[in-house]
Amino acid sequence: MNFTLKVWRQRDRRDQGRFLQYKAAAITPDMSFLEMLDSVNAGLARKGEDTIAFDHDCREGICGSCGMYINGRAHGPQRGVSTCQLYMRSFKDGSPIVIEPWRAKSFPVIKDLVVDRSAFDRIIQAGGYISVDTGGVPDGNTIPIPKSAAEKAFDAAACIGCGACVAACKNSSAMLFVAAKIAHLAALPQGQPERKERALKMIARMDAEGFGNCSNTYACEAECPKKIPVLNIARMNLEFIRAKLT
Amino acid sequence: MDARIPADSIQEKWDRHRFNLKLVNPANKRKYHVVVVGTGLAGASAAASLAELGYNVTSLCYHESPRRAHSIAAQGGINAPKNYKNDGDSIWRLFYDTVKGGDFRSREANVYRLAQVSNSIIDQCVAQGVPFAREYGGLLDNRSFGGAQVSRTFYARGQTGQQLLLGAYSALCRQIGRGTLKFYPRREMLDVVVIGGRARGIIARDLVDGAIEVYICDAVILATGGYANVFYLSTNARLSNATAIWRAHKRGAFFANPCFTQIHPTCIPRMSEHQSKLTLMSESLRNDGRIWVPKKSGDKRDPRDIQPEERDYYLERLYPSFGNLVPRDVASRRAKEMCDKGYGVGPTGYAVYLDFADVIQRNGKKWVSEKYGNLFDMYREITNENAYETPMRIYPAAHYTMGGLWVDYNLMSTIPGLYVLGEANFSDHGANRLGASALMQGLADGYFIVPATIGDYLAGSKFEKVDPTHPAVTEAKDNVEQTTMRLMSARGKRTVDEFHRDLGNLMWDLCGMSRSAAGLKKALGEIPRMREAFWKDVIIPGNGEGFNPELEKAGRVADFFELAELMARDALHREESCGGHFREEYQTEEGEAKRDDERFAYVAAWEFKGGAEPALQKEPLTFEYVKPAQRSYK
Repeated sequence: MNFTLKVWRQRDRRDQGRFLQYKAAAITPDMSFLEMLDSVNAGLARKGEDTIAFDHDCREGICGSCGMYINGRAHGPQRGVSTCQLYMRSFKDGSPIVIEPWRAKSFPVIKDLVVDRSAFDRIIQAGGYISVDTGGVPDGNTIPIPKSAAEKAFDAAACIGCGACVAACKNSSAMLFVAAKIAHLAALPQGQPERKERALKMIARMDAEGFGNCSNTYACEAECPKKIPVLNIARMNLEFIRAKLT
Repeated sequence: MDARIPADSIQEKWDRHRFNLKLVNPANKRKYHVVVVGTGLAGASAAASLAELGYNVTSLCYHESPRRAHSIAAQGGINAPKNYKNDGDSIWRLFYDTVKGGDFRSREANVYRLAQVSNSIIDQCVAQGVPFAREYGGLLDNRSFGGAQVSRTFYARGQTGQQLLLGAYSALCRQIGRGTLKFYPRREMLDVVVIGGRARGIIARDLVDGAIEVYICDAVILATGGYANVFYLSTNARLSNATAIWRAHKRGAFFANPCFTQIHPTCIPRMSEHQSKLTLMSESLRNDGRIWVPKKSGDKRDPRDIQPEERDYYLERLYPSFGNLVPRDVASRRAKEMCDKGYGVGPTGYAVYLDFADVIQRNGKKWVSEKYGNLFDMYREITNENAYETPMRIYPAAHYTMGGLWVDYNLMSTIPGLYVLGEANFSDHGANRLGASALMQGLADGYFIVPATIGDYLAGSKFEKVDPTHPAVTEAKDNVEQTTMRLMSARGKRTVDEFHRDLGNLMWDLCGMSRSAAGLKKALGEIPRMREAFWKDVIIPGNGEGFNPELEKAGRVADFFELAELMARDALHREESCGGHFREEYQTEEGEAKRDDERFAYVAAWEFKGGAEPALQKEPLTFEYVKPAQRSYK
């Protein structure tokens, strides 16, 4: 297979950036999208040219490092996968492929397809945890948790923090990410003591980081590689209102 | 080698030792600065716990966020002998299983302590909100895993590593938010600063702007993971590397048992030259799948057309009592053997079938899909094949490294003040790690062991102020800058990945699942030649400044070339087979590993000697509580 790539190149934060065209030749359908980029990069490196920078690590869809806007979709055309789990058989031979970084004010571009997602970390630092020190905790089984609550918590906790929700949203809203963490901890008895404070602090931080608001287009859910449901955003709003009113 | 193991009975060692350790006055903890490198399970848990205690902590990692560390990819679970299932589990049994599973090449005292603290890990994680699997009554669920005869594995679907890491990450974030801990992302440690024989800081590169930075401190903790990527293709994340531990080794930390590597039997086979990584399929598949190859070598028929009598279910044939559930090392070696003899399947001939047809017929497709649906989906994504209709193809892949920097009972390396945790050290798994034990060790080291032991060192030492202009600091900084310059100035013709792939192929063939004196000698001849070619002919675009992933990779591959040689040397010197280390010359008549306890019941700790051959130091292993025996799975 052969492809023509249009890739966003940007030297650093200050650079204005531009699309450049590359040929991806001798690609096989069983190559992953990142392996296709590896092969383009090998060609560039051999010529001594700067390679296309992108974040990646586990290459099995769990670390959340990779993330690209591919032909106008976060993580490309398939549902429920991250970029590293996308295979070239999903593309038509000879077709053009446009590759962009996540576009959001709160995710400044560091280089090419690499963006700074540390705003997510700062939201967690603001309160996305249960305040327990190491040691001095009760035996695990002294806190019974109904199976349904544990499952609900897990469904939200499955978020990999890739940022596709922000990139897919026309408002660059981080609500699905924030809501997933709030919902995870609110579903558990351990999360109750700080429940209100947590929601207020995380949401305040989210706003301070410059993320937009939710206008219910559900693009985040559609592009989430872990299929985290938007229902969590409703839960977050409820948590927020409850915390404000009581 | 003095491991400083307390003399008390094994049950009392850790308690008594903790009592004997010096304490740092709470008001003084703030005055001690500890740098923690790596934010996986071990690093994040250590950094958070030390900051909670009041130490002045700096944490850094080469990822953009602590949550990206490779611990996140662990699937199966974490062991703890809670005996919630009333099936006869105990600390003693977990201790026994781990010593035996490690093929009697681990330290009894460390393993016992690991089993002791493992219960507290579960409690800690539950308190943090880790959503472990639950029974209908609301209590924690357990499953049996990795061939254990009791159910002691706690799990969170197939993403246990992710959930545990997010727990440790949240504890870390809490400290960052409180301002008690400073975190620096996208920093790669490239050297240790040793002053007066003690670790007093590190040199790191800011991967965004290329600046070389100095971090001065009173103690350094390395929690930087394993080195399975020396094989190029492995189940490890692409960036996982040995650079931090290797550079520490070159500054005086001994490297223990480098040849002890684990090959996992159930991975999706390598398909082509351009492949960048191998994907693990959970070991649990072996509970219901049957492994076979055609009886006729080179049989290219569709597997569904091969009749049952034309198939060789070789594990069931060779091991009637354990069958498809033999330990990882045995299953891996047998798969290789069948393929080497020409019975392998698939386009490359390096794969065996893992067939679910029988269980689907017996229990129905729905039953299988409820249990393994996500794995079947993952298999389809990668191979484009439907494993409900045709058998999966699997092959072993490099997965974990039991070897690592030598540490004493306090987890301190041979450089005073340099601690090593998790997969980066060698301490608990001997020659083979059991399933669901890696997460356990990482968190035991970070939450419970190093927070207790590091105070003893800090309280018992005097620290003179170190100025950033100290000659040792400048020397380490220059060392790093010169390495970068040397790499950049080669301007050759071949990419870093090409060299890495060549090294990986060589290591896989000669120092992988089975090893021989002839092969290892060949490797020891080849590796220095390849390394020389690398330094002459590698091409790295750009300059040493700014964001440059090719430069990052080059530094790591340069270290892999050196480590590879030590692995081969260690494998050659160990004239026995044990656990994951299989020497073709040392096997029983049935082809099983044959240990030599007379000559090799020791930890091989290697001392770096510059350009000269490394020196071997031995730490004898004594087994007072678990009597060494031949492992048998017949």
